[in-house]
Amino acid sequence: MTSYALFLGCTIPARQPHYELAARKALTKLGIELVDLEGATCCAPPPIQSIDLETSLAIAAYNICLAEEADLNILTLCTGCFESLTIANRLLKENRELREKINKILSNAGKEFKGTKEVKHYLQVLMDDVGVNHLKQNVVKPLNNLNVAAFSGCHLLRPSELLRFDDPERPRIFDTLIEVLGAKSIPYKNKLRCCGGLLRGYADDIALAIARDKIVNAYNAGADCISTLCPFCFLTLDLGQMLIKTTYKEEYNLPIIHYAELLSLSIGVEPKELALDFHKIKVDKVLEKIG
Amino acid sequence: MTEEKPLDFTREITSRLGGETITHCYQCGTCASTCPVARTTERYNPRQLIRLALLGQRDEVLKGDTIWLCASCYNCQERCPQKVEVADVIYALRNMAIREGNVPAIYMEFATGLMSEGRLAPISKFLEKKRTEYGLPPLKPANVEALKIILAATGFDKIMFKKEGASP
Ligand code: SF4
Ligand code: SF4
Repeated sequence: MTSYALFLGCTIPARQPHYELAARKALTKLGIELVDLEGATCCAPPPIQSIDLETSLAIAAYNICLAEEADLNILTLCTGCFESLTIANRLLKENRELREKINKILSNAGKEFKGTKEVKHYLQVLMDDVGVNHLKQNVVKPLNNLNVAAFSGCHLLRPSELLRFDDPERPRIFDTLIEVLGAKSIPYKNKLRCCGGLLRGYADDIALAIARDKIVNAYNAGADCISTLCPFCFLTLDLGQMLIKTTYKEEYNLPIIHYAELLSLSIGVEPKELALDFHKIKVDKVLEKIG
Repeated sequence: MTEEKPLDFTREITSRLGGETITHCYQCGTCASTCPVARTTERYNPRQLIRLALLGQRDEVLKGDTIWLCASCYNCQERCPQKVEVADVIYALRNMAIREGNVPAIYMEFATGLMSEGRLAPISKFLEKKRTEYGLPPLKPANVEALKIILAATGFDKIMFKKEGASP
């Protein structure tokens, strides 16, 4: 059994337990052991990077130290955590001067970044540790050609120079993992474009306009749902449709489903074992289509 | 001398983490054409922002709201033919703006959450109960003490919570 330190971040455990629940169930079922880290903090995502990049690197490095001490590689669910931790891990491994600077900061808290561990998004774990073939064998309830608009979110792919997850212009990994489940990953306009989520709370009107584009483009392409990996994308598109209804007087009712939920459903987790009531846009249509 | 000013500001940016590549910009506009925000609103254009910075328009760049309109999607950075790390440059500009007192309310909220809980989204009683119902393990508390030590060592606490009336 392969073990990982599960890095949950802030938003998923406190706001989106449906994501955490589905991910824990699916990954455990597929033979991945998840170990909860003691004392992990916020990963220092873009809002904190905006305040101070050096502090953000130090916070991310602190959390990586926890995994180094536990002798485990890190598995993230949130693409924001994936980005912050991967960037810090790569920069500090590859730039000695920066590593020394950050280690000086960390020494105050009794930590030293050694650079001995990897940070992986759970899609990479599915590809590398579980493997597409093994995953396929575990699909007991194929998703019946469900039309899925895959939306990985920006920070799984970019900046590609440091994240090195997939081809940033023509990514395939997420689509492959959707199709293994028996669904169709459909093309749609501006598929790789941002959801605007990070502007929420500062420029809500612009954020909503960008989110609306995403919804409209997936809707027009005939999507049964949009599948997400990032809790901010989820919030922006799910709750966002409520706001679109009041602001634009438009109703799309397009379910937003975390990939971990689709994965769970396809490998035999029952809908009632998941926390589907956490979706603002109900997913009943999707469940009906899957049968 | 006044003509030294643009250079001074540029040097200040390039000496900051994230700001190193700003001088490579040759104003082609690829960033703006790929930017989801620029395509949505006339209030924002990354090429113009970089231009203003290179022209030494310090106040306009650091005191205005433009730098806060980037969604950090990295589209521009991915596609810039000159390898300007546009999104990172904008982080560097934000880091400078914060130090000069341009702190949007939402960022103050983030900083406060980080300092007090070690998390940006504190967990509610309702969610704690829900977690138990779903059979999720209790959320392990963040090590706020260690975090505070780190924030003190980088000066984050002083950057964000300097006393009223203190000079930037
Ligand atoms: S794409 Fe690069 S070179 Fe072109 S305007 Fe933007 S930052 Fe400058
Ligand atoms: S990172 Fe910012 S400036 Fe660059 S394309 Fe995205 S929103 Fe626009």
